[in-house]
Order: sequence, then C-alpha cells, then structure tokens
Amino acid sequence: MEAIKRTTPASDAEREAIESVLGPSDDRLGRDAVAGHVVRGQRHLLLPCLHALNDRIGWISSPAIDHLATRLGASPAEIHAVASFYGLFSLSPREPVQRHVCIDLACRAAGGPTEHSVDHEAHPAPCLGLCDRAPAAITIGGHDPEPDPASAAVDRAEDDVLLRRVGAGDPVDLDAYLADGGFSALERARDLGPEGIISAVEASGLTGRGGAGFPTARKWDAVRTQPVTPHHLICNADESEPGTFKDRTLIENDPYALIESMAIASLAIGCELGRVYLRGEYLRAHLTLSTAIERCRSAGLLGALAGFDIEIIRGAGAYICGEETAIFNSIEGYRGEPRNKPPFPFESGLFGEPTAVNNVETLMNVPSIIAEGRQADRRLFCLSGAVRRPGVIEAPIGITLGALIERAGGLREGSELRAVMLGGAAGGFAGPADLDLPLDDARLREVGLTLGSGVVMVHDQHVDLVDQLRRIAAFFRDESCGQCVPCRVGTVRQEEAIERLASGTGEADLSLLRDIAGAMRDASICGLGQTAANAIQSAVVRLGVLT
Amino acid sequence: MTTIDGTASDTATVEAIIDGVTVRVAEGTTILDACGGRGCGIPTLCYGETITPRNACRVCMVEVEGSRTLVPSCSRPVTEGMVVTTRSERIDHSRRMVLEFLGSSVDLSLTDHVEEWNTEYGADPTRYGSEAARVDEPVRIDNDLYIRDYSKCILCYQCVDACGEQWQNSFVIDIAGRGFDARVSTEHDVSLPDSGCVYCGNCIQVCPTGALMFTSEYTMRQAGTWDESRQTQVDTVCGYCGVGCNLTLHVQDDSIVKVTSPADSGITSGNLCVKGRFGFQHAQNRPSAD
Repeated sequence: MEAIKRTTPASDAEREAIESVLGPSDDRLGRDAVAGHVVRGQRHLLLPCLHALNDRIGWISSPAIDHLATRLGASPAEIHAVASFYGLFSLSPREPVQRHVCIDLACRAAGGPTEHSVDHEAHPAPCLGLCDRAPAAITIGGHDPEPDPASAAVDRAEDDVLLRRVGAGDPVDLDAYLADGGFSALERARDLGPEGIISAVEASGLTGRGGAGFPTARKWDAVRTQPVTPHHLICNADESEPGTFKDRTLIENDPYALIESMAIASLAIGCELGRVYLRGEYLRAHLTLSTAIERCRSAGLLGALAGFDIEIIRGAGAYICGEETAIFNSIEGYRGEPRNKPPFPFESGLFGEPTAVNNVETLMNVPSIIAEGRQADRRLFCLSGAVRRPGVIEAPIGITLGALIERAGGLREGSELRAVMLGGAAGGFAGPADLDLPLDDARLREVGLTLGSGVVMVHDQHVDLVDQLRRIAAFFRDESCGQCVPCRVGTVRQEEAIERLASGTGEADLSLLRDIAGAMRDASICGLGQTAANAIQSAVVRLGVLT
Repeated sequence: MTTIDGTASDTATVEAIIDGVTVRVAEGTTILDACGGRGCGIPTLCYGETITPRNACRVCMVEVEGSRTLVPSCSRPVTEGMVVTTRSERIDHSRRMVLEFLGSSVDLSLTDHVEEWNTEYGADPTRYGSEAARVDEPVRIDNDLYIRDYSKCILCYQCVDACGEQWQNSFVIDIAGRGFDARVSTEHDVSLPDSGCVYCGNCIQVCPTGALMFTSEYTMRQAGTWDESRQTQVDTVCGYCGVGCNLTLHVQDDSIVKVTSPADSGITSGNLCVKGRFGFQHAQNRPSAD
C-alpha cells in the first residue's frame, strides 16, 4: 500500500471514538514485522469503529477514514467502501442525533409519510420493526433508549410457550428468570451432550423461522461434525423484513431465554463464542440484551468459567446483512455482500470456518424442546395493519388466516378486508377469499405463498395497494447490494415498470414485469434478488393489482 | 486418468454429463472450462482469465439438475454426477435479460460480442424506454496516463481485484455505495493523483468494457483516428529491469498507442508496472521535422 499524505488529520474526537474500540495507537507499527499482522487482524472491529464515529460525531469524515485505515492496516478506499455500504452511516456532515421516520408498508398504510413527504430534517427509513405502533419513528444517537412499557405489544394466551415471559415482569431481572426455571434447560442439555441435543431438536421438527425454513437439527449436525475448528454460532437478529417485529419483541422482553438458547446451541455445535448480529436500529433490544449478558457474566453463567460467551455486533442499516453469508462479510469488516454457495456456511462461514446461523425465534424454541420435549409446532406471527390489536401472536402452525386475524381482535371497525401481505416484502399477498388458508409453509407453497418471517399485514379498503407495491419495489431497489446484475438492475427496472403501470400503461409492462421477475428469481446470487419480485407478482396474479 | 508412463496420476477427476455428453475432467474444473472455456458458446462478461471469477454479471448461467436456481458456469466446479444443460428456454431468458439490463443501463459499445449475443438471445435494451435509469458518469480525466469512464462499467470487480489482493496489492479502488448507485471508486472519489494509485495499469488490462482506457487510445477515439485495422501488435520484452516482462506493443502509424501484456505470460499474467505499461515515449522520440 502506498503512503497517502493528506493535509487534514482526524480530529481529537474522531481519534478518541476510534480508540474507544481499538485502544490507543501502538507505536510498534512500522518498526515491528509482526505488528502489521496484529493490526490487520483487527479488521472485524471496523464496523464497531464506524459505529463509534457515527454515534459520537454523527458522520464519518474523510480524515477519520484515513486514520481508521492506518489503524487497521487497510486502504482508505476499502474503509470508504464499507462505510458507504450502510444506510445508518453518513459520509457528509450532520448532527449526532438523527430522527428516522419509517416510510415503509405498515406505516404508510397507517397514514405515515412517503419518501417524498417525509420531513426534510428526518431520514426516510425502511421498516423499523415497529409496525404494531405504526406510523413509527425513532431517534438514533445522543442518548441511550429509555425503558418503554409499550415495548411488549403482544396478545398473550395461556398456553403460549415462546411468549410466556413477554410483558410478565422486568426482562433483565436474572433472579426472576432463574426462579422461573431459567437455565434448567441448559443443565439438561449438558446431560444430553451434543448428539442428544441434536436428536431432541430433530424430534421436535424445528425448522428455521427466519424465512427459509431449513431443519435446525440438520444444520447443527453439519457444523458439529466439521473437522475444522473453531465452530461459530451466529444469532441472526438483523430483523429487517418489512412487517416483522417478533425478534425485537423477544429480545426486548426475554433476553435471558435467548442467552440460554444460544448456550444450548453452542453445546450442540461445539462453539465457545456466540455472536448476536443485531439490527442497528434496535437500540432498546441492544440495551436489554447487553444488560442481560453483563448480568450473566457477573453470575458466572457466561464467560470464561461457563466456557461460553456472547458478543453483540450491531448492524448498520442494511437489509442484505440478514442474508446468512452477507452477515459473515459484515461481521468480518467487509461490505455486506452475499457470498457464493457452495461452499455452504456449515463448512465455510464466518472467517472461513464452520458456522451455524440461526434466527432469534428459532433459537428461542430450543429451551422448551430440551426441557420439556415439546414439539416445535407453534410460531410467532406479526400482526399489523387494519386489525384491532396489532402485535405479536403465538399460534399453532396451521392456524387459518381468518382465525389468526380474529386472535388480533378482528378487523377494525368499518374495515373491509382487501389483502393480506404474508411473509413480508419477499413473501406474497393473500386475498379476502383466502381466510380459510392454513398458515403452514407446506400448504402455502401449494398456492405460491410463504410464511416467511411470520408477517401478516392486513390491508383494508383504505389502503392504496398500488402504493404498497411501489414501496415494495423501492425497498428492494434501495436494499440491493449491487453485486449481481439481475438484482442491481432488475430491481430498478421493476420499479420503473410499476411506476408506468401505476400511471396507466398497458399489457406490455405487465409482461415486462414477468420477464424481469423470471431473471431475478433464476439468476440472482442470493435470496434478496431471487425473491424481490415475489410479492409484486403475487399481487398481480392473485389480486389483479395493476391490471 | 493415467500419465504418460501408464501409472495413475494424482489428479482426481470427476465425471459429469453436459448437454447429454459424458465428460471427465480434473476435480475443481469449472463448468465453463469443462465446456471449453471462453469462446465455447456460453457468453461471459465479467469473467477474465487472470482473476478469480466473481460471477457478478450472471450472463453465463446454466442449468444444473437439482438446483433451484440457475448456476454460474464461470465459477461453479463440476462435481461427480452433475447433469448440466447449457441452453434452454429458461437459460436463454436469463441471458437475454442480463444483456438487456446491462445494455439499457451502461454503454456496451466497446464490449466484445455484445451485438452478436443480443441477436442470438433476442435482447432489446431499448424496450425499457428512454426514461430508463442509466449509469451516468462523466469521464474522469485526472492524470496523463489513463481515463475512467464509469458509464461503461458493468461492475465486474476485476479492476478492484487486480488493484487489490489478487495482483497489485495497492487497494486504491473498491466498490462504494450500494445497489444501482454502487460504483468503482477511490476513497471519497478523490482523483487518482490524490489516491495511492501507482499507475501500473493492471486495471486497464482486465477491464472488459473499455471503461478504463489509455489516454492515448481515448484521445485518438475522440479524434476519430483510432483504427484497430491499421494497428500491428509487436511482442517484446521490457527493458527497464531484469524481470523480463513480456510486452505487447500496439502500434498504429509507427507510434505505440497502447501497451498490454499477454494474459498467459508466465512472468506477468498480464500485469506490468508503470514503466512497462506507460514508459514507452522514449522509444518514439524522433528528431523534429525541421
């Protein structure tokens, strides 16, 4: 790398922000043959450094990038490439405290602003995972989030398993968790051993709740049996699918159960450090979980003595980083672009080593499976839109759409059902004729739908469905990482065709939309591009929107 | 597989069926190479012989039995028992759309084979209308040696990888931004003289679209005097140091207009340094006419 001499050095505040993550600068650099390796070995701290700058200063300046490059033994272009990838970072001056106003599906259906009408001092934000309180906005930077009793918008039932502690007390009270049988599943898991845990999980039929639905036991066993060590566990808490807020609800309200679940998973796959990749916008969940982790360490339940620890990595505003290989690049300090599969994560994941990536809800199923031998036959649904009581609902898999809407109090007064977005922006639309549809992935696949991440967004006659499709198209255009052509350009062409159709052009653009959808589905590198046309195609085909 | 003396070779092989024909290739061979490599009939855009394929353009997609989506032939290794189809309606559709997506968003006029592939796959980049978003970037002329015209860039990543860990280890450029706004860029888009660029020109060597170009070539194209039919290529060895890099001098009207190095050269793999790439003026310093 060539030395670049620039006139403006990083400010003291910027240096301090970087040092808060990397520690003071080591003057061995440049004199010691080993120092370069040590410096470059800290690349995974790039994202935390960028956060530190963004939190304290509000933005990431050119001198700060140069300084960070020196500290990490990387080039300024590489650091700039990563900083410019994330939506929460700014490369131009702004205040440290920013207001992010949701312009996404549930919020605009509830009368929230669009990207054109949002207050010019605020940032138009993709779905903030606050659809139960739509329209929503948050502030980031400047202060820690305050405890908020409204964080548990759930409709609990007597027999709930996953939600049983939600809203039932102080979520970070470790004694209460222990008194409620907490960590007894971990005890039992220690007795069972890795193979016993995996058999129990296999017997429960647990599949991934993040959207893909892969059998959890198979994933764990594949990692467990890899000869290469160390093995990694990543809890994917980068919940960004529009309409999804279940993982946030779980972490904010039952953090110890997630910690216990990860401890059990780590026993199964043979891993000593679990990582939670937490969505950058989820500040309250971050506060709750980090408090809970700290208390567990003090109690010897995590840390060196326990043989297992957990660290939180904050995302920075990129939907794509929830993709299971993009998450590796993001954690390692590179642009969050998905990798090619094969090789699959179980053989070559984080740092090229065997890795299991599991969604929050998936993991939270584990303690009751281990402790009580329960079947994984329930899941969480995120009810939003025109229902009386929006929130997270736990229900048996296979419950009908109509029954689920009834659980949320039914439609709002005066509302007539027009459409239900199922599974998120990467999912699809059901119509008023589909109330008897059982919400079970196998059954839904037969009609071209998916449960995805459990989104059930109910739209009534007041919702402009064309506007919803426009936003879905804009969402994928914004969130495409840009690596492959079908997604990078396809999402743009899809949005353009929808805009033309919305203003009343004919058949040609509908067939163009189909052409675009086919290429994105068949030829994109990752799930984002492969599903970016799903909801739009389903609205056209099943509901006749745009026709 | 057996070697010349009849003993079994160490190289493991795999057998696969490609378009109905059974083939046996060394383990690790990509589908594209098993089909005969570049020029075998499978179109490629972002692929280059000297760079590990990123399979970013997705024009070389083929069908593999059992795979939900199409797979990139340039980078997917053949595995035992793999059944591959290299032409089908689904494949053709995907290739056509990729050609249209790129053709409607960037300038492919200097990219090899695009016109013939557009015809072969029925691609019509104009059907997205005149309002279709394009990568609109001014030509960056910030030094005397080469220009950057990102309105021709298909984001093949080859220049980034050539500048970075695969060849030059300068890391002067990377992809900045995201989605349709992603661009090859120096930090904060500073000019090359303000960056760490060492002007090896190895990025120009791998660029498949003419987005990176010798200033000499760019100036002649602007003046309408660039004419490859009048050019000769002279292979020689660089005289600057003892490494002995192979050079190919591109000569038009008795003047060197561009320097490349053969991609298959065992010494350079197509790479040079600033002297070999750009230091040719002394060879044509002629006495002035008077």
